[in-house]
Amino acid sequence: MYRIDFNKLRFLVCDDNAHMRRILRTLLHSFGAREVYESEDGATALEMFSHYVPDIVITDWSMPIFDGLELAQMIRQPEANGNPYAPIIMLTGHSEKRRVTMARDAGVTEFLAKPISAKGLYQRIMNVVANPRPFIKTKNYFGPDRRRNTNNSYVGPERRTGGEMEVMQQPSLLDKARIPG
Amino acid sequence: MAKEKPSAVQVKTFPDHHVITQPNPLRGALRYVEDKDLDDPVARAEKALEGLSGEFDNWMSIECDRLASAHATILKDGFSALARDELFRAAHDIKGDAATFGYPAAAAAAESLCRIIEHAPDLAKVPAELIAHHINAIQAIIREQSSIQRIGVANELSKRLRGVADEYLTAVNHDRPEHLEAILAPSIVPGE
Repeated sequence: MYRIDFNKLRFLVCDDNAHMRRILRTLLHSFGAREVYESEDGATALEMFSHYVPDIVITDWSMPIFDGLELAQMIRQPEANGNPYAPIIMLTGHSEKRRVTMARDAGVTEFLAKPISAKGLYQRIMNVVANPRPFIKTKNYFGPDRRRNTNNSYVGPERRTGGEMEVMQQPSLLDKARIPG
Repeated sequence: MAKEKPSAVQVKTFPDHHVITQPNPLRGALRYVEDKDLDDPVARAEKALEGLSGEFDNWMSIECDRLASAHATILKDGFSALARDELFRAAHDIKGDAATFGYPAAAAAAESLCRIIEHAPDLAKVPAELIAHHINAIQAIIREQSSIQRIGVANELSKRLRGVADEYLTAVNHDRPEHLEAILAPSIVPGE
């Protein structure tokens, strides 16, 4: 089986709640991570993202200045500074289907609904480390492949044309969000 | 830290999209271990979290004070955008944190309050008692945790509040289908 060497990964944690940052820091350090950078708002997180070039970003949704969704959209700029392909894990108290869809369309890689657990966080990190998805760039989207619909006759407003009908063999972000944090 | 060179990126171009693939940039952080390996990072993290649990009551009390203060500002000055955001964030943080800190019933009551703030068409028209009852219930669950749990009313209190809040939200959103759909949709989080 595979394990993660957390000491080879650099994390950026963004949450306006100091208690939640402490929880996340404690979990990541006890997994073995050494480099965990923290920010309490989206603007500072974006600066830190460019400066420290983290391997994985873990962000809350609701934050002052600009929120986690906007942070994800700013990171997913193909021409931007930093690494636009960095995995983004959205850790949030929001738990509605509509929110998961919004997060997915902003380029979020994994969704983790609070309350947080060590197991839930580890699984999400393992997934982004071991099973990265290809990135898709369209007129209005840049981010991890969102295709999950196995129906060949599916016609949707954003159905891509050309290429093989490859479907990622992973559960959808919504199904993953249903897995307890 | 664990990245491949950017030159390894492959781009396939199609009429309306590009598929960008790169060798796993984080594969250097993956390590194969024998099944008999006894190290369990999740158990280690759970133990570390348990070590923090002595602080949870104090943290919850701080969150509770923040909520009460946001409510006091609204009672004094009304619902400005800033006051609304602060009340929502305070309630939303309790919704997210409280179960981790050992107060799941407070999380449920805070979620109900968040739904009112998010989906009421005009917060100034929400009956003041509906918001006050939520805040009082959250405070009671947190401050009187042991006695409330003992008589087993915390979950019932949160459930009743959610019922009253949903009834109100359904009535005031009858002509706003997008809100109605969000209010009536089941939560994606199991066990709620």
